[in-house]
Amino acid sequence: MGCCGKTMKTDLALSIENLSFSYSGKKALDQVSFDIHSGKCAFLLGPNGAGKSTLFSLITRLYDTREGRIELCGFDIKQHTQKALAKLGVVFQQTTLDMDLTVMQNLRYHTALQGMGRKQALQCIQQSLERLSMFDRRFEKIRQLNGGHRRRVEIARALLHKPALLLLDEPTVGLDVPSRLAIVEYVHQLAIDEKLAVLWASHLIDEIYPDDHLIVLHKGQIKAKGTVNEVLGITNTSIIQDAFYNLTQGVRA
Amino acid sequence: MNMLHYWRAMWGIIGRELWRFITQRERFISALVRPLVWLFVFAAGFRSALGLAITPPYETYILYEVYITPGLIGMIQLFNGMQSSLSMVYDREMGSMRILMVSPLPRWFLLLSKLLAGTGVSILQVYVFLVVAWFYDIHAPWQGYLSILPALILSGLMLGALGLLLSSFIKQLENFAGVMNFVIFPMFFMSTALYPLWKMKESSVPLSIIAQYNPFSQAVELIRFALYGQFNQTAFIYVFVAFLIFMSTAIMGYNPSKGMMMKKGGA
Repeated sequence: MGCCGKTMKTDLALSIENLSFSYSGKKALDQVSFDIHSGKCAFLLGPNGAGKSTLFSLITRLYDTREGRIELCGFDIKQHTQKALAKLGVVFQQTTLDMDLTVMQNLRYHTALQGMGRKQALQCIQQSLERLSMFDRRFEKIRQLNGGHRRRVEIARALLHKPALLLLDEPTVGLDVPSRLAIVEYVHQLAIDEKLAVLWASHLIDEIYPDDHLIVLHKGQIKAKGTVNEVLGITNTSIIQDAFYNLTQGVRA
Repeated sequence: MNMLHYWRAMWGIIGRELWRFITQRERFISALVRPLVWLFVFAAGFRSALGLAITPPYETYILYEVYITPGLIGMIQLFNGMQSSLSMVYDREMGSMRILMVSPLPRWFLLLSKLLAGTGVSILQVYVFLVVAWFYDIHAPWQGYLSILPALILSGLMLGALGLLLSSFIKQLENFAGVMNFVIFPMFFMSTALYPLWKMKESSVPLSIIAQYNPFSQAVELIRFALYGQFNQTAFIYVFVAFLIFMSTAIMGYNPSKGMMMKKGGA
Protein backbone atom coordinates (compact mmCIF):
# COMPACT_ATOMS: atom_id res chain seq x y z
CA MET A 1 0.00 0.00 0.00
CA GLY A 2 2.70 2.43 0.99
CA CYS A 3 1.65 5.85 2.12
CA CYS A 4 -1.62 7.00 0.80
CA GLY A 5 -2.71 10.57 0.30
CA LYS A 6 -5.50 12.34 2.13
CA THR A 7 -8.02 11.55 -0.54
CA MET A 8 -7.29 7.86 -0.35
CA LYS A 9 -7.54 7.89 3.39
CA THR A 10 -11.03 9.31 3.55
CA ASP A 11 -12.54 6.31 1.87
CA LEU A 12 -10.55 3.89 3.97
CA ALA A 13 -12.96 2.77 6.66
CA LEU A 14 -10.80 0.19 8.39
CA SER A 15 -7.09 -0.22 8.26
CA ILE A 16 -5.26 -2.93 10.16
CA GLU A 17 -1.51 -3.04 10.18
CA ASN A 18 0.77 -5.80 11.47
CA LEU A 19 -1.64 -6.77 14.19
CA SER A 20 -0.47 -9.52 16.55
CA PHE A 21 -2.04 -10.74 19.74
CA SER A 22 -1.40 -13.60 22.09
CA TYR A 23 -3.11 -15.16 25.09
CA SER A 24 -0.54 -16.16 27.68
CA GLY A 25 2.16 -16.89 25.13
CA LYS A 26 -0.05 -18.54 22.54
CA LYS A 27 -0.37 -16.51 19.35
CA ALA A 28 -3.96 -15.88 18.35
CA LEU A 29 -3.16 -13.34 15.66
CA ASP A 30 0.11 -13.09 13.81
CA GLN A 31 1.04 -10.04 11.71
CA VAL A 32 -2.44 -9.46 10.36
CA SER A 33 -2.84 -6.57 7.91
CA PHE A 34 -5.75 -5.60 5.67
CA ASP A 35 -7.88 -2.61 4.64
CA ILE A 36 -11.55 -2.19 3.92
CA HIS A 37 -12.79 0.68 1.78
CA SER A 38 -16.16 2.40 1.96
CA GLY A 39 -18.88 0.67 0.00
CA LYS A 40 -17.14 -2.70 0.14
CA CYS A 41 -18.22 -5.90 1.78
CA ALA A 42 -15.33 -7.96 3.12
CA PHE A 43 -15.86 -11.50 4.32
CA LEU A 44 -13.67 -12.87 7.03
CA LEU A 45 -13.45 -16.62 6.56
CA GLY A 46 -11.73 -19.04 8.83
CA PRO A 47 -12.32 -22.25 10.72
CA ASN A 48 -13.08 -22.18 14.45
CA GLY A 49 -10.12 -20.93 16.41
CA ALA A 50 -8.67 -19.04 13.45
CA GLY A 51 -8.61 -15.80 15.44
CA LYS A 52 -11.81 -14.17 14.18
CA SER A 53 -13.20 -13.53 17.64
CA THR A 54 -9.90 -12.12 18.82
CA LEU A 55 -9.81 -9.81 15.84
CA PHE A 56 -13.34 -8.58 16.58
CA SER A 57 -12.51 -8.09 20.23
CA LEU A 58 -9.55 -5.96 19.25
CA ILE A 59 -11.52 -3.84 16.77
CA THR A 60 -14.26 -3.25 19.35
CA ARG A 61 -11.53 -2.61 21.90
CA LEU A 62 -12.60 -5.23 24.36
CA TYR A 63 -8.91 -6.04 24.35
CA ASP A 64 -6.15 -3.58 23.90
CA THR A 65 -3.95 -3.62 20.85
CA ARG A 66 -0.38 -4.33 21.86
CA GLU A 67 1.39 -5.00 18.60
CA GLY A 68 0.30 -3.37 15.41
CA ARG A 69 -2.34 -0.79 14.64
CA ILE A 70 -6.07 -0.50 14.04
CA GLU A 71 -7.50 2.63 12.44
CA LEU A 72 -11.13 3.48 11.83
CA CYS A 73 -11.55 6.28 9.28
CA GLY A 74 -8.05 7.39 10.08
CA PHE A 75 -8.56 7.40 13.87
CA ASP A 76 -6.20 5.17 15.78
CA ILE A 77 -8.33 3.05 18.11
CA LYS A 78 -5.83 3.35 20.90
CA GLN A 79 -5.15 7.06 20.75
CA HIS A 80 -8.56 8.33 19.63
CA THR A 81 -10.75 5.59 21.04
CA GLN A 82 -13.99 7.54 21.23
CA LYS A 83 -13.70 9.08 17.79
CA ALA A 84 -12.90 5.69 16.32
CA LEU A 85 -15.70 3.89 18.15
CA ALA A 86 -18.20 6.50 16.97
CA LYS A 87 -17.56 5.27 13.43
CA LEU A 88 -18.32 1.69 14.32
CA GLY A 89 -21.54 -0.29 14.25
CA VAL A 90 -21.51 -3.86 15.56
CA VAL A 91 -23.76 -6.88 15.47
CA PHE A 92 -22.40 -9.51 17.83
CA GLN A 93 -22.83 -13.19 17.39
CA GLN A 94 -25.01 -13.58 20.45
CA THR A 95 -28.03 -11.41 20.69
CA THR A 96 -27.41 -8.36 22.83
CA LEU A 97 -30.94 -7.01 23.10
CA ASP A 98 -32.90 -6.67 26.32
CA MET A 99 -35.55 -9.35 26.02
CA ASP A 100 -38.06 -7.66 28.32
CA LEU A 101 -37.84 -4.25 26.73
CA THR A 102 -39.57 -3.22 23.53
CA VAL A 103 -37.85 -2.70 20.20
CA MET A 104 -38.20 1.03 20.70
CA GLN A 105 -36.71 0.98 24.21
CA ASN A 106 -33.76 -1.04 23.04
CA LEU A 107 -33.07 1.37 20.23
CA ARG A 108 -33.58 4.44 22.40
CA TYR A 109 -30.99 3.07 24.80
CA HIS A 110 -28.54 2.85 21.96
CA THR A 111 -29.25 6.38 20.70
CA ALA A 112 -28.72 7.66 24.24
CA LEU A 113 -25.34 5.97 24.40
CA GLN A 114 -24.48 7.58 21.10
CA GLY A 115 -25.54 10.95 22.48
CA MET A 116 -28.38 11.54 20.05
CA GLY A 117 -31.19 13.90 21.01
CA ARG A 118 -34.80 12.78 21.15
CA LYS A 119 -35.93 14.24 17.85
CA GLN A 120 -32.97 13.01 15.88
CA ALA A 121 -33.15 9.63 17.60
CA LEU A 122 -36.81 9.07 16.76
CA GLN A 123 -36.21 10.09 13.18
CA CYS A 124 -33.26 7.73 12.75
CA ILE A 125 -35.09 4.88 14.46
CA GLN A 126 -38.08 5.26 12.15
CA GLN A 127 -35.86 5.37 9.08
CA SER A 128 -33.79 2.43 10.18
CA LEU A 129 -36.75 0.25 11.14
CA GLU A 130 -38.75 1.11 8.04
CA ARG A 131 -35.92 -0.02 5.82
CA LEU A 132 -36.07 -3.40 7.51
CA SER A 133 -39.90 -3.43 7.60
CA MET A 134 -39.89 -3.53 11.38
CA PHE A 135 -41.41 -0.15 12.15
CA ASP A 136 -44.89 -1.57 12.84
CA ARG A 137 -43.47 -3.81 15.49
CA ARG A 138 -41.61 -1.14 17.42
CA PHE A 139 -43.74 -1.47 20.55
CA GLU A 140 -43.37 -5.24 20.83
CA LYS A 141 -41.06 -6.78 23.34
CA ILE A 142 -38.00 -8.50 21.93
CA ARG A 143 -39.08 -11.75 23.54
CA GLN A 144 -42.12 -11.82 21.24
CA LEU A 145 -40.01 -11.58 18.09
CA ASN A 146 -38.56 -14.52 16.20
CA GLY A 147 -34.83 -14.95 15.60
CA GLY A 148 -34.85 -13.31 12.18
CA HIS A 149 -36.69 -10.25 13.42
CA ARG A 150 -34.41 -9.91 16.41
CA ARG A 151 -31.46 -9.88 14.07
CA ARG A 152 -33.09 -7.18 11.98
CA VAL A 153 -33.53 -5.07 15.09
CA GLU A 154 -29.87 -5.53 15.90
CA ILE A 155 -28.81 -4.51 12.43
CA ALA A 156 -31.10 -1.50 12.60
CA ARG A 157 -29.53 -0.60 15.92
CA ALA A 158 -25.99 -0.93 14.63
CA LEU A 159 -26.80 1.56 11.86
CA LEU A 160 -28.63 4.20 13.90
CA HIS A 161 -25.63 6.44 14.41
CA LYS A 162 -24.56 6.19 10.75
CA PRO A 163 -21.30 4.34 11.23
CA ALA A 164 -18.68 4.07 8.50
CA LEU A 165 -17.89 0.46 9.31
CA LEU A 166 -20.32 -2.31 10.14
CA LEU A 167 -18.95 -5.36 11.92
CA LEU A 168 -21.03 -8.50 11.67
CA ASP A 169 -20.03 -11.53 13.69
CA GLU A 170 -21.83 -14.47 12.12
CA PRO A 171 -25.16 -12.67 12.21
CA THR A 172 -27.13 -15.30 10.31
CA VAL A 173 -26.30 -18.31 12.47
CA GLY A 174 -29.45 -20.12 13.52
CA LEU A 175 -31.77 -18.32 11.10
CA ASP A 176 -33.99 -19.97 8.53
CA VAL A 177 -33.12 -19.65 4.85
CA PRO A 178 -35.48 -16.80 3.89
CA SER A 179 -34.40 -14.65 6.88
CA ARG A 180 -30.80 -15.39 6.09
CA LEU A 181 -31.09 -14.44 2.44
CA ALA A 182 -33.00 -11.28 3.31
CA ILE A 183 -30.26 -10.12 5.66
CA VAL A 184 -27.47 -10.99 3.22
CA GLU A 185 -29.17 -9.04 0.47
CA TYR A 186 -30.00 -6.12 2.70
CA VAL A 187 -26.44 -5.68 3.93
CA HIS A 188 -24.97 -5.87 0.44
CA GLN A 189 -27.41 -3.26 -0.78
CA LEU A 190 -26.63 -1.09 2.21
CA ALA A 191 -22.93 -1.13 1.45
CA ILE A 192 -23.65 0.25 -2.01
CA ASP A 193 -26.37 2.75 -1.04
CA GLU A 194 -24.80 4.16 2.07
CA LYS A 195 -21.16 3.80 1.12
CA LEU A 196 -20.77 1.60 4.15
CA ALA A 197 -17.80 -0.68 4.70
CA VAL A 198 -18.72 -4.09 6.05
CA LEU A 199 -16.56 -6.67 7.76
CA TRP A 200 -18.51 -9.87 7.96
CA ALA A 201 -17.35 -13.01 9.74
CA SER A 202 -19.09 -16.06 8.40
CA HIS A 203 -18.96 -19.78 7.90
CA LEU A 204 -21.53 -19.75 5.19
CA ILE A 205 -19.92 -19.39 1.82
CA ASP A 206 -23.18 -18.94 -0.07
CA GLU A 207 -23.50 -15.53 1.57
CA ILE A 208 -20.63 -14.18 -0.46
CA TYR A 209 -21.35 -12.16 -3.62
CA PRO A 210 -18.93 -12.20 -6.56
CA ASP A 211 -17.88 -8.57 -5.97
CA ASP A 212 -17.04 -9.08 -2.33
CA HIS A 213 -13.60 -9.16 -0.82
CA LEU A 214 -12.29 -12.15 1.04
CA ILE A 215 -9.93 -12.41 3.96
CA VAL A 216 -9.02 -15.99 4.80
CA LEU A 217 -7.70 -16.38 8.30
CA HIS A 218 -6.15 -19.57 9.58
CA LYS A 219 -4.28 -20.13 12.83
CA GLY A 220 -3.97 -16.40 13.34
CA GLN A 221 -2.45 -15.68 9.94
CA ILE A 222 -3.92 -14.30 6.77
CA LYS A 223 -3.68 -16.99 4.15
CA ALA A 224 -5.20 -14.98 1.34
CA LYS A 225 -6.94 -11.68 0.75
CA GLY A 226 -8.45 -9.91 -2.22
CA THR A 227 -11.54 -10.07 -4.38
CA VAL A 228 -13.25 -13.39 -4.86
CA ASN A 229 -11.60 -13.79 -8.28
CA GLU A 230 -8.16 -12.92 -6.94
CA VAL A 231 -8.42 -15.53 -4.20
CA LEU A 232 -9.64 -18.12 -6.67
CA GLY A 233 -6.67 -17.19 -8.86
CA ILE A 234 -4.13 -17.57 -6.07
CA THR A 235 -5.45 -20.99 -5.12
CA ASN A 236 -6.09 -22.03 -8.69
CA THR A 237 -9.61 -23.11 -7.90
CA SER A 238 -12.97 -22.30 -9.41
CA ILE A 239 -15.20 -22.21 -6.35
CA ILE A 240 -14.75 -20.60 -2.95
CA GLN A 241 -15.28 -23.88 -1.09
CA ASP A 242 -12.21 -25.39 -2.73
CA ALA A 243 -10.14 -22.27 -2.25
CA PHE A 244 -11.06 -22.19 1.43
CA TYR A 245 -10.33 -25.87 1.84
CA ASN A 246 -6.93 -25.56 0.23
CA LEU A 247 -5.94 -22.54 2.24
CA THR A 248 -6.97 -23.91 5.59
CA GLN A 249 -5.74 -27.46 5.08
CA GLY A 250 -2.36 -26.19 3.98
CA VAL A 251 -2.53 -27.87 0.58
CA ARG A 252 -1.86 -25.34 -2.08
CA ALA A 253 -3.08 -26.48 -5.43
CA MET B 1 -22.34 19.34 22.62
CA ASN B 2 -20.00 16.88 24.17
CA MET B 3 -21.40 17.39 27.67
CA LEU B 4 -24.84 16.77 26.25
CA HIS B 5 -23.64 13.42 24.95
CA TYR B 6 -22.49 12.43 28.45
CA TRP B 7 -25.72 13.62 29.99
CA ARG B 8 -27.92 11.71 27.53
CA ALA B 9 -25.90 8.55 27.83
CA MET B 10 -26.04 8.66 31.62
CA TRP B 11 -29.80 9.05 31.66
CA GLY B 12 -30.11 6.34 29.04
CA ILE B 13 -28.23 3.92 31.29
CA ILE B 14 -30.12 4.93 34.45
CA GLY B 15 -33.48 4.86 32.70
CA ARG B 16 -32.87 1.39 31.32
CA GLU B 17 -31.89 0.03 34.71
CA LEU B 18 -34.87 1.54 36.53
CA TRP B 19 -37.27 0.38 33.87
CA ARG B 20 -35.88 -3.13 33.96
CA PHE B 21 -36.22 -3.20 37.71
CA ILE B 22 -39.81 -2.02 37.69
CA THR B 23 -40.84 -4.51 35.03
CA GLN B 24 -39.18 -7.43 36.79
CA ARG B 25 -41.83 -7.76 39.47
CA GLU B 26 -40.35 -10.82 41.17
CA ARG B 27 -37.08 -9.02 41.69
CA PHE B 28 -38.90 -6.05 43.17
CA ILE B 29 -40.86 -8.18 45.59
CA SER B 30 -37.97 -10.38 46.66
CA ALA B 31 -35.81 -7.32 47.24
CA LEU B 32 -38.49 -6.04 49.58
CA VAL B 33 -39.39 -9.29 51.30
CA ARG B 34 -35.84 -10.00 52.48
CA PRO B 35 -35.45 -7.03 54.84
CA LEU B 36 -39.09 -7.22 55.89
CA VAL B 37 -38.67 -10.81 57.02
CA TRP B 38 -35.73 -9.70 59.11
CA LEU B 39 -37.75 -6.87 60.54
CA PHE B 40 -40.92 -8.78 61.30
CA VAL B 41 -39.46 -12.10 62.35
CA PHE B 42 -35.85 -11.78 63.41
CA ALA B 43 -36.13 -8.42 65.13
CA ALA B 44 -39.38 -9.28 66.84
CA GLY B 45 -37.81 -12.39 68.31
CA PHE B 46 -34.71 -10.54 69.39
CA ARG B 47 -36.53 -7.67 70.99
CA SER B 48 -36.75 -9.41 74.33
CA ALA B 49 -33.30 -10.99 74.23
CA LEU B 50 -31.34 -7.85 73.62
CA GLY B 51 -31.31 -4.82 75.85
CA LEU B 52 -30.01 -1.67 74.22
CA ALA B 53 -28.49 1.24 76.06
CA ILE B 54 -28.94 4.77 74.84
CA THR B 55 -26.27 5.54 72.26
CA PRO B 56 -26.13 8.31 69.67
CA PRO B 57 -27.99 9.12 67.52
CA TYR B 58 -30.80 7.76 69.71
CA GLU B 59 -32.00 9.94 72.57
CA THR B 60 -34.21 7.47 74.37
CA TYR B 61 -34.44 3.76 74.84
CA ILE B 62 -35.36 2.19 71.57
CA LEU B 63 -36.86 -1.04 70.43
CA TYR B 64 -34.62 -3.50 68.66
CA GLU B 65 -36.67 -3.01 65.48
CA VAL B 66 -35.70 0.63 65.48
CA TYR B 67 -32.04 -0.21 65.94
CA ILE B 68 -32.00 -2.74 63.14
CA THR B 69 -33.78 -0.59 60.56
CA PRO B 70 -30.67 1.28 59.29
CA GLY B 71 -28.87 -2.08 59.20
CA LEU B 72 -31.60 -3.48 56.99
CA ILE B 73 -31.43 -0.44 54.76
CA GLY B 74 -27.73 -1.20 54.42
CA MET B 75 -28.64 -4.80 53.66
CA ILE B 76 -30.92 -3.70 50.83
CA GLN B 77 -28.08 -1.70 49.35
CA LEU B 78 -25.52 -4.44 49.90
CA PHE B 79 -27.65 -7.04 48.13
CA ASN B 80 -28.48 -4.57 45.44
CA GLY B 81 -24.85 -3.71 44.84
CA MET B 82 -24.00 -7.38 44.53
CA GLN B 83 -27.04 -8.01 42.39
CA SER B 84 -26.13 -5.30 39.92
CA SER B 85 -22.65 -6.72 39.69
CA LEU B 86 -24.23 -10.11 39.11
CA SER B 87 -26.19 -8.57 36.30
CA MET B 88 -22.92 -7.21 34.91
CA VAL B 89 -21.43 -10.67 34.85
CA TYR B 90 -24.62 -11.86 33.21
CA ASP B 91 -24.53 -8.95 30.77
CA ARG B 92 -20.97 -9.79 29.94
CA GLU B 93 -21.76 -13.40 29.26
CA MET B 94 -24.79 -12.43 27.24
CA GLY B 95 -22.95 -9.74 25.37
CA SER B 96 -25.00 -6.66 26.24
CA MET B 97 -22.03 -5.43 28.22
CA ARG B 98 -20.18 -5.26 24.93
CA ILE B 99 -22.80 -2.94 23.49
CA LEU B 100 -22.13 -0.63 26.39
CA MET B 101 -18.37 -0.92 26.03
CA VAL B 102 -18.30 -0.11 22.30
CA SER B 103 -20.22 3.10 22.76
CA PRO B 104 -18.04 6.13 22.13
CA LEU B 105 -17.55 7.25 25.72
CA PRO B 106 -14.75 6.69 28.20
CA ARG B 107 -15.06 3.45 30.06
CA TRP B 108 -14.85 5.01 33.53
CA PHE B 109 -17.86 7.13 32.69
CA LEU B 110 -19.88 4.16 31.49
CA LEU B 111 -19.07 2.23 34.65
CA LEU B 112 -19.90 5.20 36.85
CA SER B 113 -23.25 5.64 35.10
CA LYS B 114 -23.97 1.97 35.55
CA LEU B 115 -23.15 2.38 39.22
CA LEU B 116 -25.42 5.40 39.59
CA ALA B 117 -28.18 3.42 37.92
CA GLY B 118 -27.79 0.57 40.42
CA THR B 119 -27.74 3.05 43.29
CA GLY B 120 -30.94 4.63 41.99
CA VAL B 121 -32.63 1.25 42.03
CA SER B 122 -31.47 0.57 45.59
CA ILE B 123 -32.75 3.94 46.81
CA LEU B 124 -36.13 3.19 45.32
CA GLN B 125 -36.20 -0.05 47.30
CA VAL B 126 -35.11 1.67 50.50
CA TYR B 127 -37.94 4.20 50.36
CA VAL B 128 -40.54 1.51 49.76
CA PHE B 129 -39.07 -0.36 52.73
CA LEU B 130 -39.25 2.77 54.89
CA VAL B 131 -42.90 3.24 54.00
CA VAL B 132 -43.72 -0.31 55.08
CA ALA B 133 -41.64 0.17 58.24
CA TRP B 134 -43.58 3.33 59.00
CA PHE B 135 -46.79 1.36 59.14
CA TYR B 136 -45.01 -1.01 61.48
CA ASP B 137 -44.53 1.95 63.81
CA ILE B 138 -40.91 2.63 63.02
CA HIS B 139 -40.85 6.36 62.69
CA ALA B 140 -37.96 8.71 62.14
CA PRO B 141 -38.25 12.50 62.27
CA TRP B 142 -39.64 13.68 58.94
CA GLN B 143 -36.44 15.58 58.06
CA GLY B 144 -34.65 12.26 58.46
CA TYR B 145 -36.42 10.93 55.38
CA LEU B 146 -34.78 13.72 53.39
CA SER B 147 -31.38 13.81 55.04
CA ILE B 148 -31.00 10.08 54.51
CA LEU B 149 -30.95 10.59 50.72
CA PRO B 150 -27.35 11.85 50.33
CA ALA B 151 -26.20 9.13 52.72
CA LEU B 152 -27.99 6.53 50.62
CA ILE B 153 -26.37 7.83 47.47
CA LEU B 154 -22.89 7.57 48.93
CA SER B 155 -23.38 4.19 50.59
CA GLY B 156 -25.09 2.85 47.48
CA LEU B 157 -22.19 3.99 45.34
CA MET B 158 -19.66 2.44 47.71
CA LEU B 159 -21.41 -0.94 47.86
CA GLY B 160 -22.10 -0.84 44.13
CA ALA B 161 -18.43 -0.14 43.43
CA LEU B 162 -17.53 -3.14 45.55
CA GLY B 163 -19.87 -5.24 43.44
CA LEU B 164 -18.37 -3.79 40.27
CA LEU B 165 -14.90 -4.62 41.51
CA LEU B 166 -15.95 -8.18 42.23
CA SER B 167 -17.61 -8.51 38.84
CA SER B 168 -14.35 -7.61 37.14
CA PHE B 169 -12.73 -10.55 38.93
CA ILE B 170 -15.46 -13.09 38.46
CA LYS B 171 -15.07 -15.09 35.30
CA GLN B 172 -18.42 -16.76 35.20
CA LEU B 173 -21.84 -16.57 36.65
CA GLU B 174 -21.44 -19.77 38.63
CA ASN B 175 -18.69 -18.30 40.78
CA PHE B 176 -21.15 -15.85 42.14
CA ALA B 177 -22.53 -18.15 44.82
CA GLY B 178 -19.07 -18.05 46.37
CA VAL B 179 -19.19 -14.28 46.50
CA MET B 180 -22.48 -14.42 48.31
CA ASN B 181 -20.94 -16.68 50.93
CA PHE B 182 -17.60 -14.98 51.24
CA VAL B 183 -18.59 -11.36 50.82
CA ILE B 184 -22.22 -10.67 51.63
CA PHE B 185 -22.65 -12.80 54.72
CA PRO B 186 -19.39 -11.92 56.49
CA MET B 187 -19.88 -8.26 55.68
CA PHE B 188 -23.40 -8.24 57.02
CA PHE B 189 -22.87 -10.28 60.16
CA MET B 190 -19.55 -8.71 61.13
CA SER B 191 -20.99 -5.24 61.18
CA THR B 192 -23.04 -2.92 63.32
CA ALA B 193 -26.16 -3.71 61.30
CA LEU B 194 -27.49 -6.19 63.84
CA TYR B 195 -25.74 -5.27 67.11
CA PRO B 196 -24.00 -2.18 68.37
CA LEU B 197 -20.25 -2.27 68.77
CA TRP B 198 -20.22 -2.15 72.58
CA LYS B 199 -22.51 -5.16 72.70
CA MET B 200 -20.18 -7.07 70.41
CA LYS B 201 -17.18 -6.10 72.53
CA GLU B 202 -18.74 -7.83 75.52
CA SER B 203 -18.53 -11.17 73.82
CA SER B 204 -15.58 -10.81 71.44
CA VAL B 205 -13.08 -7.99 71.16
CA PRO B 206 -11.54 -9.13 67.85
CA LEU B 207 -15.00 -9.34 66.30
CA SER B 208 -15.81 -5.83 67.39
CA ILE B 209 -12.56 -4.57 65.88
CA ILE B 210 -13.36 -6.23 62.56
CA ALA B 211 -16.84 -4.79 62.70
CA GLN B 212 -15.51 -1.33 63.39
CA TYR B 213 -13.29 -1.33 60.31
CA ASN B 214 -15.78 -3.06 58.07
CA PRO B 215 -16.80 -0.49 55.45
CA PHE B 216 -20.31 -1.86 55.57
CA SER B 217 -20.56 -0.90 59.27
CA GLN B 218 -19.52 2.61 58.41
CA ALA B 219 -22.15 2.77 55.69
CA VAL B 220 -24.78 1.59 58.17
CA GLU B 221 -23.69 4.18 60.72
CA LEU B 222 -23.76 6.91 58.09
CA ILE B 223 -27.34 5.92 57.27
CA ARG B 224 -28.29 5.55 60.95
CA PHE B 225 -27.18 9.07 61.82
CA ALA B 226 -28.62 10.56 58.65
CA LEU B 227 -32.02 9.03 59.41
CA TYR B 228 -32.06 11.16 62.55
CA GLY B 229 -30.87 14.25 60.77
CA GLN B 230 -27.29 13.96 62.01
CA PHE B 231 -24.01 13.83 60.16
CA ASN B 232 -21.45 11.21 61.12
CA GLN B 233 -18.19 12.60 59.83
CA THR B 234 -15.99 9.57 60.48
CA ALA B 235 -18.41 7.29 58.70
CA PHE B 236 -18.70 9.74 55.82
CA ILE B 237 -14.95 9.93 55.27
CA TYR B 238 -14.55 6.19 55.64
CA VAL B 239 -17.31 5.39 53.16
CA PHE B 240 -16.11 8.00 50.72
CA VAL B 241 -12.52 6.73 50.73
CA ALA B 242 -13.72 3.14 50.41
CA PHE B 243 -15.79 4.18 47.40
CA LEU B 244 -12.78 5.81 45.74
CA ILE B 245 -10.62 2.74 46.29
CA PHE B 246 -13.21 0.25 45.07
CA MET B 247 -14.15 2.39 42.09
CA SER B 248 -10.62 3.04 40.87
CA THR B 249 -9.72 -0.62 41.21
CA ALA B 250 -12.87 -1.62 39.34
CA ILE B 251 -12.06 0.81 36.52
CA MET B 252 -8.63 -0.74 36.28
CA GLY B 253 -10.27 -4.14 36.15
CA TYR B 254 -12.31 -3.08 33.15
CA ASN B 255 -9.46 -1.31 31.42
CA PRO B 256 -8.61 -3.22 28.26
CA SER B 257 -4.86 -2.80 28.57
CA LYS B 258 -4.30 -3.38 32.26
CA GLY B 259 -7.23 -5.30 33.49
CA MET B 260 -8.45 -8.73 34.06
CA MET B 261 -10.43 -8.65 30.83
CA MET B 262 -7.26 -9.90 29.19
CA LYS B 263 -7.30 -13.14 31.10
CA LYS B 264 -10.88 -13.90 30.38
CA GLY B 265 -10.57 -14.42 26.68
CA GLY B 266 -13.81 -12.60 26.00
CA ALA B 267 -17.38 -13.65 26.17
